[in-house]
Amino acid sequence: MSEKVLMKGNEAIAESAIRAGCRFFFGYPITPQTELAAYMAKRMPKEGGTYLQAESEVAAINMVYGAAAAGARVMTSSSSPGVSLKSEGVSYIAGADLPCLIINIERGGPGLGSIQPSQSDYWQATRALGHGDFQMVVYAPSTVQEMANLAYGAFDIADKYRTPVMILGDGMLGQMMEPVALPEPKTDLPEKPWATTGHQGKRAKNIANSLYLDANELEQSNIERFKRYEVIKATEQMSEEVNCDDAEIIVVAFGASSRIARSAVRAAREEGIKAGLFRPITLWPFPVDALEATKSHAKAYLSVEMNMGQMVDDVRLVVRDSAPVEFYGRTGGVIPTPVEVLEKIRQINEGLGE
Amino acid sequence: MEEMRIVFAGFGGQGLLFAGKVVAYAGLIEDREVSWLPSYGPEMRGGTANCSVTLSDEPIGSPLIMDPNNLIAMNQPSLIKFENDVTPGGRIFVDTSLVNRLPERTDVEVFALEATNMAEDAELKGLANIVLVGKLLKETSFCSYETIEAAIRKAVPPRKAALIEKNLQALKLGYDA
Amino acid sequence: MAQTEEKIVFQRPHSLARFVTNYCPGCTHGIVNRLVAEVIDELDIEGKTIGISPVGCSVMMYNFFNCDMIEAAHGRAPAVATGVKRVNPDNVVFAYQGDGDLASIGMAETVHAATRGEKITIIFINNAIYGMTGGQMAPTSLPNQVTQTSPYGRDVSTAGYPVRVCELLSSLDGVAYLERVTVDSPKNIRKAKKAIKKAFQNQIDGIGYSLVEVVSTCPTNWGMTPTQAFDWMRENMLPYYPLGVYKDVVAEGYANAAEAAAARAAECPIAMADNPMLAELPNKRKVQDAMNKAQGGAQ
Repeated sequence: MSEKVLMKGNEAIAESAIRAGCRFFFGYPITPQTELAAYMAKRMPKEGGTYLQAESEVAAINMVYGAAAAGARVMTSSSSPGVSLKSEGVSYIAGADLPCLIINIERGGPGLGSIQPSQSDYWQATRALGHGDFQMVVYAPSTVQEMANLAYGAFDIADKYRTPVMILGDGMLGQMMEPVALPEPKTDLPEKPWATTGHQGKRAKNIANSLYLDANELEQSNIERFKRYEVIKATEQMSEEVNCDDAEIIVVAFGASSRIARSAVRAAREEGIKAGLFRPITLWPFPVDALEATKSHAKAYLSVEMNMGQMVDDVRLVVRDSAPVEFYGRTGGVIPTPVEVLEKIRQINEGLGE
Repeated sequence: MEEMRIVFAGFGGQGLLFAGKVVAYAGLIEDREVSWLPSYGPEMRGGTANCSVTLSDEPIGSPLIMDPNNLIAMNQPSLIKFENDVTPGGRIFVDTSLVNRLPERTDVEVFALEATNMAEDAELKGLANIVLVGKLLKETSFCSYETIEAAIRKAVPPRKAALIEKNLQALKLGYDA
Repeated sequence: MAQTEEKIVFQRPHSLARFVTNYCPGCTHGIVNRLVAEVIDELDIEGKTIGISPVGCSVMMYNFFNCDMIEAAHGRAPAVATGVKRVNPDNVVFAYQGDGDLASIGMAETVHAATRGEKITIIFINNAIYGMTGGQMAPTSLPNQVTQTSPYGRDVSTAGYPVRVCELLSSLDGVAYLERVTVDSPKNIRKAKKAIKKAFQNQIDGIGYSLVEVVSTCPTNWGMTPTQAFDWMRENMLPYYPLGVYKDVVAEGYANAAEAAAARAAECPIAMADNPMLAELPNKRKVQDAMNKAQGGAQ
């Protein structure tokens, strides 16, 4: 770790990715992720890497597909509407078991939506970024430092499990500056014997492909992939807990909204309300195990999101009928305030007293 | 130390984002928790611009400041927009070269400074933003003078290093006003 | 009688896999696949070649070649090829695409890979119909051509006109070489192979983007015998899609596409200012001539 510098979240992801050995970036301009691409355009040539502004998001993700097949650490970044366009390529990348990093600095939707921060692509990221049976690891950082750390580690996870990985941020995290200590450059990148680099007459040919005309073969391929997903679920869940040990009300929030929830929980504690914050860092795999453990003492859950209620589904799947699960959210690019969340916590707390 | 929640607001091109960055660097140098968040929107020359800067000893929740305890207003629309958000007991710094109506609130401290004219008279055109940072420092002592000088050195990009000296002059101008 | 001498006169190219293709009898894909394999063998590049197969009748092509292969999404082969080539510039990367893939759903990728001057080779099969999905109208279907989705014939007043790919791409500066060929006779097959070989050699020599368009047939979906199909192709397609070379920067006297582009932009100050490519160009004379001419014209 080096000396702390002030960086925007978008820039910290970019610099960290370069330090993780990423030398190929393919993208297309869109607010509010633009600084990430601009940073890459500036830095990549100096690192002997490639920054290429593609003709579209569709082309960009397919360039990522090609570069990933060729064995490179490669990434793309975009914001919500652009990520929708990438969904085709992401599905092919997952189907061909190729590693890459995709950044979504979310903005309000649907459609052209707004350009203000949002978390309304939670479902898209964790359920179906593209057609077919697949998942991908989704990280939700909440600070600029965490954006740097997760971008740095994401390539290792992508290579280890041969899967696309997403960092789901939003306009607030992308645009804000915080002090960040950047990781040291990586030098020991993994070998990729499966890559299509030319067999040089020394091995059997490699194929990157997601097509199986035989239904049984495709089923087998999907089953194999889902076995890997089970390993990911068992070993890669990440979450943070603040004041959860004795909490009666557990506020569940990720990314930017977790920062607001953190302030609200702190204020609630000052009022004597036993509130805690549970912050998923991996959205897929959802940190089921750690959340499950809170059920022994929690009397109510509150999911706080910058959307109409998406992650709350996953919270309910864990909590089931052991406690009520409430939701508070603002959407369209509106950022909830700590006061609003605190008010909701108070209401729930009053309900517990009855 | 007091948590500083500062909104810098004015026109694009007045250097508000940069002024915020200087203050953020000062927080970084003194090892405090720091966040800096710009407003962003469709790119337009001459549009309004603002940024939120928080310096705190606690982890910072939302970097978007809804209740600033310090406001730096460099034009009339910004003063109108943010004046009522300032918490009671807070401070409003106004560039009276460009703002002709001062806040009417009596529960906040108002510091009026003809920052733009002062900078121009001192041949420091375009550095009214830093003049106001100097005044902010003087009235709040949010960091040491050495720290803010070091922050300026860090915040000015290397290709503009020649401007460091002028920024330091502007800082002193506001500090001594 | 003297000893008989065994001489191999015909065999499977090494880079063509021992695999039964899915191509219909009489289809020209088989011929063109083979030509590509022969060229790979003759240039001795199998070990460093990456082929990109498209979506369309040649979708299973990743099984037919012995070099490393990637299966791309519909129309995205040039983008995938770009990714591969940028990672390993020493690889030889080719994409093999049909008319729907290249000129309809993948038109943006086609045009932009070409204008970027990606040093890749594109083999384009134009048979004026979607084969794999059963005979729908293609971007290159001829006016009045009957297909499943133009059952009364392609009505240009509603469906618009066919795209002439070589002509369209010939205006782009990144392009080094464009030639339209066909494979309806041994003579034309030899010409086609020569063009394909040149398109690969151009890549190896770093000259620029090269595309060979092969005017082809689809006996199955055209509803004809293979011989009838060739007759129909000669009668209707070749007048609309004339064979020939549409761009060849080397034949024009330039070292590569970059040099030809520089000559063309000679009158544009910003395009010529500190152009780092100029320093690398082995043959600057023509550029200099063009620049002198431009300056002379301005006086």
